[in-house]
Amino acid sequence: MPEEKIIEVKNLSKEFKELKAVNQLNLTVFRGDVFGFLGPNGAGKSTTIRMLLSLINPSEGDIRIFEKSLKKERISILKRIGAIVEKPDFYGYLSAFKNLEILGKISGADVSRKRIMDVLELVGLDKRSGSKVKTFSHGMKQRLGLAQSLLHDPDLIILDEPTTGLDPQGMKEIRDLILHLSRDRQKTLFLSSHILHEVELVANRMIIINQGTTMVEGKVSELLNTSKMKVTFEVDDSDKAKSILSETGYTNDLESVINNTLIFNMDSEKIASLNKYFVENNINVSAVIPTRSLEEYFLKITEKVS
Amino acid sequence: MITLINIELYKIFKKWRTYIGFLVIAVIVPVINFAMLAEGEKSLDFMTRNLQQSFVFVGNLLNGYLVSYFILISLAVHIPFLITLVAGDLLAGEATAGTYRILITRPVSRMNIISSKFIAGFIYTAFLVLWLAIMSLGIGMIIFGVGELIVVKSSGIIIFARNDVFWRFLGAYGFAILSMTVVTALAFLFSSLVENAIGPIISTMAIIIVFLIVSALQINFFRKIEPYLFTTYMSSWRLFFDDPVDYAALYKSIAILAGHIALFFGATVLIFKRKDILT
Repeated sequence: MPEEKIIEVKNLSKEFKELKAVNQLNLTVFRGDVFGFLGPNGAGKSTTIRMLLSLINPSEGDIRIFEKSLKKERISILKRIGAIVEKPDFYGYLSAFKNLEILGKISGADVSRKRIMDVLELVGLDKRSGSKVKTFSHGMKQRLGLAQSLLHDPDLIILDEPTTGLDPQGMKEIRDLILHLSRDRQKTLFLSSHILHEVELVANRMIIINQGTTMVEGKVSELLNTSKMKVTFEVDDSDKAKSILSETGYTNDLESVINNTLIFNMDSEKIASLNKYFVENNINVSAVIPTRSLEEYFLKITEKVS
Repeated sequence: MITLINIELYKIFKKWRTYIGFLVIAVIVPVINFAMLAEGEKSLDFMTRNLQQSFVFVGNLLNGYLVSYFILISLAVHIPFLITLVAGDLLAGEATAGTYRILITRPVSRMNIISSKFIAGFIYTAFLVLWLAIMSLGIGMIIFGVGELIVVKSSGIIIFARNDVFWRFLGAYGFAILSMTVVTALAFLFSSLVENAIGPIISTMAIIIVFLIVSALQINFFRKIEPYLFTTYMSSWRLFFDDPVDYAALYKSIAILAGHIALFFGATVLIFKRKDILT
């Protein structure tokens, strides 16, 4: 049985006078995905998210969400979406509770005191429910943004930079929340973020866009495994290590040696065998650190265009 | 829709700027009443100076009705400003605060959002005019009591019997709600175009002031365009203080003002439905 497509974008474009912000973009998000939406500043991420939420009208192309046309069935689609778009702004002269109550009422959500307090507790704002939002820090507004996106128990959650302004603890909490929503509540998440490590930790599929166009799209594990990665080996004797390597093909992969640290650029499947080779030749390996990350992959993909 | 209107009203009445209009009226109306208490007799003498040689005026001519009539004339230009403070903020305020994003991503049509905001703006306008009516008639009656209403026009003086006045005020204030709703609709239209409430407030007031100046100038060219200015019909509440009331002229004014409301609101809907939310 084919996977259910939750978001399907085909040939989506948006022009602002001379500027083509999004150019023939295609992407597909399947049910249950935590979908990472990546791109450098000005790549067209926010414009795309705004089009997915009907804040901006596309110049061209088609958006289907829950297998329905967004243009024709906007209201029934939005009922099932929760979202944060860029920085979360609220009615500053109202309390956090009242903001959620108002927004929930418009969405037709359960706005009972218990439900609102439950959601506020989930994002750690239950003790500030009565405070006016204008007294909130950016991080607190970000948490409130998450709360409003979850209030009506949506099937699809679109988060645009959800951890901006949060401290490391807050970032971890949001990351855990995303994983909880995906694994335990079977939600589909569309996650745009500049913090690539964060996406790497939570996303199962991703897209990298640049200049409004798809660069790559696919499973995170597959995309990150298609090329070589940097690996740092910390050994007790780098001279000995270098000399035994000269007898092997690993020499070609060796990039640099700094003190007792050897940095290789190699296929991931060769890491274990190299480690074994060192050990068998009485070289003590104290650490193997893979440094190739999404960040490196991202830079490689986006630099191609630049 | 009722929920949306209630929410919009809640938002309006949670902002301090909403109460500026009510506060200004609460201050200015008693001030005018006390000024009339001190100087009213002189003003009345001045108004009737040409007639005092031929007629003898008896009874309580300086009464609450007369003071209310003065207030209605003198505040006709100022009430629109108080209205634009709120009406100009209805849409632009959402853009300034960045709340368009959370509002428009709710599962409601843009038409419903804009209609509920306009209806809430209309209700605020009606409340403000009613507040003016309650304050000016109420305080005037308490201080001066009631009596015959003397109205001086270029065509002469009309004196209305005491029991023939109150319904005319009801009609006049009802008409004032309609004419002030034109101001609301115009400020609302400008509010849909920009991302800051100052622009709609200044633009609406500029248009009203320019139109009023054009109407006031006794120049032939301006006389020709005067019938096409909505401000010309905003003062038609005075028709209620004619004897007999010229209903044909009154209905024409009502139709023209209602047409302007429909035109401004229609333009706002067209703009807002196509608007890209970039804030």
